Amino acid sequence: MQVNETFKPTVVAFCCNWCSYAGADLAGTNRLQYPADVKIIRIPCSCRLNPLFILRAFQRGADGVILCGCHPGDCHYTTGNYYARRRMTLLFSMLDYLGIERERTRVEWVSAAEGAKFAETMNDFVETVTRLGENRRLEDLRCKSE
Amino acid sequence: MNHMTEIVTRISGVNPRKCMKCGKCTAACPAYDEMDYHPHQFVDMVETGRLEELMNSRGIYMCLSCFACLERCPRSVEPAKLIEAVRLAVVRQQGRNHLKPEQIPALLDPDLPQQAITSAFRKYRK
Amino acid sequence: MQKIGVFVCWCGSNIAATVDVQAVSDALAREPGVVFSTNYQYMCSQAGQDMIQEKIRELGLTGVVVCSCSPRMHEATFRKACEKAGLNPYMVEIANIREQCSWIHKDKLSGTEKAVLLGKAAVAKVHLNTPLTAGESPVTKRALVIGGGIAGIQTALDIAEAGFPVDIVEKKPTIGGKMTQIDKTFPTLDCAACILTPKMVDAAQNENINILSYSEVEAVKGFVGNFTVTIRRKARFVDETKCTGCGLCTEKCPQKKVPNEFNLGLDTRRAIYIPFAQAVPKAAAIDPNYCTMLKTGKCGVCSKVCTVGAIDYQQKDELLEREYGAIVAATGFEPISMDKFDEFAYSQSPDVVTSLEFERLMNAAGPTGGTLLRPSDGTHPHTLVFVQCVGSRCDGGEKGKPYCSKICCMYTAKHAMLTREKYPDTEVYVFYIDVRTPGKNFDEFYRRAVEEYGVHYVKGMVGKVVPENGKLKVQASDLLGGQQLHIDADMVVLAAAVEPDKSARPLATMLTASMDTNDFFTEAHPKLRPVESPTAGVFLSGACQGPKDIPETVAQAGAAAAKVIGLLSKDRLTCNPCVARSDELMCNGCSACEKVCPYGAITYIDKEFRGPNRTTLLRRVAQVNPAVCQGCGACTVACPSGAMDLQGFSNAQIMAEVDAICK
Repeated sequence: MQVNETFKPTVVAFCCNWCSYAGADLAGTNRLQYPADVKIIRIPCSCRLNPLFILRAFQRGADGVILCGCHPGDCHYTTGNYYARRRMTLLFSMLDYLGIERERTRVEWVSAAEGAKFAETMNDFVETVTRLGENRRLEDLRCKSE
Repeated sequence: MNHMTEIVTRISGVNPRKCMKCGKCTAACPAYDEMDYHPHQFVDMVETGRLEELMNSRGIYMCLSCFACLERCPRSVEPAKLIEAVRLAVVRQQGRNHLKPEQIPALLDPDLPQQAITSAFRKYRK
Repeated sequence: MQKIGVFVCWCGSNIAATVDVQAVSDALAREPGVVFSTNYQYMCSQAGQDMIQEKIRELGLTGVVVCSCSPRMHEATFRKACEKAGLNPYMVEIANIREQCSWIHKDKLSGTEKAVLLGKAAVAKVHLNTPLTAGESPVTKRALVIGGGIAGIQTALDIAEAGFPVDIVEKKPTIGGKMTQIDKTFPTLDCAACILTPKMVDAAQNENINILSYSEVEAVKGFVGNFTVTIRRKARFVDETKCTGCGLCTEKCPQKKVPNEFNLGLDTRRAIYIPFAQAVPKAAAIDPNYCTMLKTGKCGVCSKVCTVGAIDYQQKDELLEREYGAIVAATGFEPISMDKFDEFAYSQSPDVVTSLEFERLMNAAGPTGGTLLRPSDGTHPHTLVFVQCVGSRCDGGEKGKPYCSKICCMYTAKHAMLTREKYPDTEVYVFYIDVRTPGKNFDEFYRRAVEEYGVHYVKGMVGKVVPENGKLKVQASDLLGGQQLHIDADMVVLAAAVEPDKSARPLATMLTASMDTNDFFTEAHPKLRPVESPTAGVFLSGACQGPKDIPETVAQAGAAAAKVIGLLSKDRLTCNPCVARSDELMCNGCSACEKVCPYGAITYIDKEFRGPNRTTLLRRVAQVNPAVCQGCGACTVACPSGAMDLQGFSNAQIMAEVDAICK
């Protein structure tokens, strides 16, 4: 497969408000670089992430979606990330079934102190998604503007 | 984890890392005085990979398989199963038996507990 | 259509250096609904805020997007500013173009592009924002403390000190808890009764504290600030207000063969009894399981001897309903049963005792008057063996507990030391797996037991104990010495693991407070909110949250009281308006949301709906209590019909953001 040098993936990152969003802020405060392709959406807790949001993102042309939450046991709402973990496991097997590459979705636990981990994770994820190329399987071309 | 440790832990299904070195197995062992290594040491030796020594020790044949250690262990480490696995590992080394089946009747002691005899026979079944 | 104003901040050069702010404000001006778009050097400055307020008034903006630093930094600032200008604060959205854009990208082109996208996402979200108003609920200024041990007493005293009325519910006839049974306290060796009983008296005399002894919580309704609790006052067959505690009845009662639970069954009491001399309230109680009068109707000795006529055989359980603003769980612990540890011969020999029993045997008010005697034959023991970690740190659930009980190392050192001090002719062995003494003056205490008192500490465990000819044959391992020990002991003392009180589990269900697998209450945050339950208005005090020694218990009790005082000192509670809401018309009554809610904020009600042809329909629908909901959103995903949504982070809002980013 030929890797398109100019391909810029669209990566959506859902970050929980209490740990990962703060971790992303810390990455910024420490000026840790990661690609501009990552766009973060703030949600109160990883358990707020409806798997439908991920499908919606793929439908609208996202090339990768990552969910970041508090480490297991550290959830601000005690058990939210456990719910998220189970739901994502189910979603992943469904995406497998649909033929979406497993690497396009990811769950990472990033604490508010792990700015460096956040940047590393994003670098790695964008690299992976770039290598995979454009995601067309679920994309709804009717939604495409311009 | 070295090769032999892996074999022994696989045969026994025991995770020696769960041991917290309390020594209750050794405290409960009725064959303590007969052994060169003792139940808690068995576990440690498997964990640290000192299997050569353990396999060459006479102590593993002194274990009565009474399962007192297994019953008492607070961490479910089950040393008796480890010992049985070490014995099996010795047996499975082709041609390395230090006892021949013919020698068994000569060694039989009428006072030997039944379980020990069974345990010893199992060693030669293969 | 919303009228949205967009305000792009330069943050000096922090944003402007890598993001073309002019281009961002120009691009966003072309978004639908945006009626005004500008950029400014410092949006958070007074001048910046003034500009936002001015534009809200001038253009009648219905929504505001600020492209600036992280919302964790200045969301509150901008919300407050907009509120002052008459805009609902929840109509403000922040696009984070500093921490998550300008600071991490060096290339101005891609930085600008990303900032525009983030701004567009925020604009898309604001379109779907609805004005939210924080709800308010009143606070009942009274607290309930469940459990009257040292934890409950301390919490109640601290709350009462701040001027709020407190009720203590205690299931036993007296408050005091486990600490009353303890002889001396480590590491100072001052007597437990000497420091506890004055506190019990303080609690009884404090006019803000109402002690409901011999009572249990029956039902809890309501939510933070507004709990309604039903309390069962068990019949004690003695009028608490009349009884003077003279104790005459407890001497005359002919039923003498009742095992005395205060001394853990090591001696007996009468059917009418006062648990111990310093009991609070000092009033007798009749044990209905043993009283001849209550069982057969023939006796009545106690009522004849009572000079104040306090005995009332007709008394019935009473149910009391009271209102509280806050509830503190202080249900404490008990030692586990030794049934499953046959190897230590606990059930075979009375000379094998648990540490709490040993505590009674050493206590001056105990069954032996403080002289250490073997329970079997009343002789003086010469060799004592202490076994630690009995039932603690066990794997595999059934037999013991997986956790360290924390207090055993210290009380065993205390017992060993006290034994050697009082009876220098004894030999004392302590079998340990690890000695854990992390506390102020704790390790010094343990070393003193070894160095000054000559207690034999042996690394290893006892494998079995066999009673033989009046002796206890102890077989143990000495791991450091590499030998198996055989000791002929006179007494064996087992440091039994502690477990939460049996009443904790049903109480947690009533309070919808969560528990861990060991039945300890879970704290709202393991590090930062250690005395609060995840259920708002429920607080945790003492060993019901995890094994604790007395100083720690008292510290936690005070902390819980501080939290309660903080809550009760408010007249009204403002709730976070970003909470879940259920659309009753869409709800199918499946209870999926109720099961995932960690706060018990969701209840189901039967509601009447209008059906076709003027019929009415009774349907089961979910209702969220906004005062209890914390807004995590777990329920919104669990809901199969899409009836549950989270205000401020609604499905439509997040989808709009996704769409804006992916386009």
